[in-house]
Amino acid sequence: MNNPPDISQDSKEYEEYAHGVQKHVRGYLMVGALLLAFTAITVALSYVHFGTDKANIAIAMLVATLKAGAVAAVFMHLAAEKRLIYRVLIFTGFFVLALFWLILFAWYDYPIFH
Amino acid sequence: MEIPYTVSTRPDTGLWNAKIGIWLFLASEVMLFGGLFSAYIFLRIDSPPGMWPHGLLNVPVGTMNTAILIISSVTVVLAWAALKMRRYRAYWWYMLATITCGLIFLTVKLAYEWPQKFEHFGAYIKPEALGKYEQYLGNQYAEEHGLPPRLEITGHLHGQNAKEYEVALDPLNADPTNPSMDRPHFFPLPVTDKIATIEKEDVQRATMFLPTHSAYFASYFTITGLHGLHVLGGVLVFIYMWLPVSKKVYQRNPEHLANRVEVSGLFWHFVDLVWIFVFPLFYLL
Repeated sequence: MNNPPDISQDSKEYEEYAHGVQKHVRGYLMVGALLLAFTAITVALSYVHFGTDKANIAIAMLVATLKAGAVAAVFMHLAAEKRLIYRVLIFTGFFVLALFWLILFAWYDYPIFH
Repeated sequence: MEIPYTVSTRPDTGLWNAKIGIWLFLASEVMLFGGLFSAYIFLRIDSPPGMWPHGLLNVPVGTMNTAILIISSVTVVLAWAALKMRRYRAYWWYMLATITCGLIFLTVKLAYEWPQKFEHFGAYIKPEALGKYEQYLGNQYAEEHGLPPRLEITGHLHGQNAKEYEVALDPLNADPTNPSMDRPHFFPLPVTDKIATIEKEDVQRATMFLPTHSAYFASYFTITGLHGLHVLGGVLVFIYMWLPVSKKVYQRNPEHLANRVEVSGLFWHFVDLVWIFVFPLFYLL
């Protein structure tokens, strides 16, 4: 099978595209700065005691999830991707949640925890 | 034979093939790290009070490494954008910055953080002998102040004979009733010059801070080790795409190299994403 003709060689289309990329660069830099700021926030929050250790863990994981979401949405371009990739990721999300559910099953099944 | 759809999109999927490939691979990676993280959760909730250590890792160094990975994620996406705008020179520099960040991360991990742990010593005291070492553990103080029980004496192993360990104590064990020791410090305090003698028959188990030390260090070394291998893999791929061989790909078709950088960048962002969870789970909580 041969490659179809390369559309990116069309100079006009390419210029439009390059212009769009240039606009994204500022967004990437801002998200990078935001991630660095949130790293500092995560560290600072870990030295504040929110009553219980569980509360501290929940808050730190919430911030980490926000950061991971920003990486996935912007750097990994998941904010605007083709449908097939979302389909793959829906399955991944389902199975990884199932994996974490297994902990709960084990927890309630294992006599020493009662 | 040419590999099809490396640049142009396949009509039925609307994607070039490597993009689907990398996402399927990342899906499997999510399961790989997901398994390890669920093992971490399970080990942690299963650990009795006082058996999950806190504050043993160097938080400033960990924070710095986190920042380095974030910066490298930015530079790799800028490298890709530079290729899209046909600025090869800028691409070359951003790629070099990314590779440098990856190498700094690995060097800090392998030449500093891990070896420091290998030199640190910990001895878990048998429950019936805890009272004997109260001056180093301060369990009465811990109980009065709602802190978890202290079962381990840590520091640098100064010497040992058939019957005893001599340990230069960590600040907590040197001064266990000092309220400033209740919670870990941001800047780790150095080992003190106060020496404690611990009789071997009072010790449940004693090791350096190796995977055998505890469920905590077992999961720490497993997860950061696997993560480090991913960083190494990413760096090797980036070096290949930074070398002159890849300039030929660029000259033949710049989009081809841009797509290669995009998929390896996706892998790199994933590695960054994993670290975003590793850092608080092991260093801070």
